[in-house]
Amino acid sequence: AEPAVPQTMAPDEDVQRLLIQFRDEAGESLGSPFDVPDEPVPLAFFVHDAEIVVSLEKTLAGQAVETEKVLDIIYQPQAVFRVRAVTRCTSSLEGHTEAVISVAFSPTGKYLASGSGDTTVRFWDLSTETPQFTAKGHRHWVLSIAWSPDGKKLASGCKNSQIFLWDPATGKQVGRVLCGHSKWITCLCWEPLHLNPECRYLASASKDGSIRIWDTLMGRCDKILTSHTQSVTCVKWGGDGLLYSSSQDRTIKVWRSQDGVLCRTLQGHAHWVNTMALSTDYVLRTGAFEPAEATINPQDVSGSLAELKDKAQQRYDQVRGQGPERLVSGSDDFTLFLWRPAEDKKPLERMTGHQALINQVLFSPDTRIIASASFDKSIKLWDGRTGKYLTSLRGHVSAVYQIAWSADSRLLVSGSSDSTLKVWDAKTKTLAIDLPGHADEVYATDWSPDGQRVASGGKDKCLRM
Amino acid sequence: QPQNEHIELHRKRYGRRLDYQEKQRKKEGREPHERSRKAKKMIGLKAKLYHKQRHAEKIQMKKTIKMHENRNTKKKDDEKTPKGAVPAYLLDREGQSRAKVLSNMIKQKRKEKAGKWEVPVPKVRAQGETEVLKVIRTGKRKKKAWKRMVTKVCFVGDGFTRKPPKYERFIRPMGLRFKKAHVTHPELKATFCLPILGVKKNPSSPLYTTLGVITKGTVIEVNVSELGLVTQGGKVIWGKYAQVTNNPENDGCINAILLV
Repeated sequence: AEPAVPQTMAPDEDVQRLLIQFRDEAGESLGSPFDVPDEPVPLAFFVHDAEIVVSLEKTLAGQAVETEKVLDIIYQPQAVFRVRAVTRCTSSLEGHTEAVISVAFSPTGKYLASGSGDTTVRFWDLSTETPQFTAKGHRHWVLSIAWSPDGKKLASGCKNSQIFLWDPATGKQVGRVLCGHSKWITCLCWEPLHLNPECRYLASASKDGSIRIWDTLMGRCDKILTSHTQSVTCVKWGGDGLLYSSSQDRTIKVWRSQDGVLCRTLQGHAHWVNTMALSTDYVLRTGAFEPAEATINPQDVSGSLAELKDKAQQRYDQVRGQGPERLVSGSDDFTLFLWRPAEDKKPLERMTGHQALINQVLFSPDTRIIASASFDKSIKLWDGRTGKYLTSLRGHVSAVYQIAWSADSRLLVSGSSDSTLKVWDAKTKTLAIDLPGHADEVYATDWSPDGQRVASGGKDKCLRM
Repeated sequence: QPQNEHIELHRKRYGRRLDYQEKQRKKEGREPHERSRKAKKMIGLKAKLYHKQRHAEKIQMKKTIKMHENRNTKKKDDEKTPKGAVPAYLLDREGQSRAKVLSNMIKQKRKEKAGKWEVPVPKVRAQGETEVLKVIRTGKRKKKAWKRMVTKVCFVGDGFTRKPPKYERFIRPMGLRFKKAHVTHPELKATFCLPILGVKKNPSSPLYTTLGVITKGTVIEVNVSELGLVTQGGKVIWGKYAQVTNNPENDGCINAILLV
């Protein structure tokens, strides 16, 4: 078939929309005119899951296409903004006296908090890249930290099974110490903003096998969810009112967050389930903050509670799309499972290929790609909808510990025990930039939601930006 | 004020009173009461000095009592947090130091070269024929002694049919035939009851392997499809080796450890 040269014609000078008509060189019109929104949304075109990068012909050459059938070209709107790759280390923030175990940016990217083995949580000033506050109070290693979706509170859990809440603006403790678990806290997760704009409830998972939902306003435990027989490794609060928890007893349990009733148990893994990721993770983390609207100086989200809730709800609905939330879980049995926990007990797909245990899985912010970091020195990318294998990113020489996506889903940064961080391009599926500089293993990595900075902390006690 | 040792001399010659020990004991018992009576009655400068001295004595006594109490108890050192902070995902795993990894690699290479495989129960007592096989006398006069009966637990396959009784040399009694084994996963520390697929190797003799005799140290193959393990290619693993860790003929069940 002769390649048709598309020519855009805009007969109706409509301000908002453009009518496009594909025309042949000879002048014969091909098909009927269709309209397209005028906003300059960058699109990516896919034929049978292969992206059209160079030209339609080249892409089709690799595939057997029947010339009689109608060819479906699927377009995917890409993120409007682009995040530039981080290229160098701007500063090395010292201050912790023991290894840095967890690092997290606030949902707007305004604050940075890091928990460490010296029992303190430190807040860092991002504009000057110097230490701001040191929050003392824990008596053992600070294992996990979590920002509330409105960015006004930080919860930190320690190895002595205590949870503290901090105010990032002053560095002081807010409310009471939350005690109740009998063994250390493995994971913390706040209730999403669009379900409750006050950011009141916090879920904590612990080695003792129970999950506690805390009321941070009253400072007490609201519900205790016990059913797991071994340590709960990860807990995620979904946007549909369901809570997901994965555990070392090889199961994932789905609970109703309203009354704490167990809905479903997802079985299938053959060893400990280490990590989970929800397709709507990124949007639940950032709440009402839209990364496209980020400014150079990150600000707090402003607006009344109702406005914030609406905005968060809008963003959530947009990312979620039509189907229910998808959950991917990675385990010590070297495989990942893709589930639709709200609907089905059976997994959608079992993703095999890794040669060692999987430490972290993450959905990209636009939910199209799943990245899994494993102890076999590689990161594998999978399709976010079907779970099909896309590619392997090799380059690290030792176990990959943590990964983080940039807000536009184009770049991925990974920190590993070989003390380097690597930035990968998700489109070309190759290494973009190598970031050496740490002296010892890198335990925690995070990319700020406004895309400006990457923070990483590790065994060498310093935080690098 | 005696000038000479006549008191001691008398003691040496005649000994003490018969109730001396009793009196001594009772006097010591009265001593604290006497001291407190004296302390109460004293007045003036003498009293001040005495009370000061007594106070110091009391403090000292209390300290020694407390030290004795804490002698055997071990207290948790609350102040110090242990070194070697590790993130939550590494907590339940033993981190291997780099030196250990290298030495382990070398050791594994050496073992592979030597052909020795690592099993949880490396050495077992070899079982002699008289222990495992019992002589069965047959014939009209019970003189023929060519039949043998297996006295240990054994495994026969699914499609097993006995040879015609006149010709079978080895008898494996139905009561000693087992189909399932309790297999423990060494890392998960969970035990599953899995069906046996076959006997891979009996360390005592290849004859026992062919017969299917299961004793301590035998490597058997078990059906692990229940566990849900998967290979890298995505295929489901349904058979794995396990080594028997108990004496099944004594316990009535087969306990094994999975060889991962």
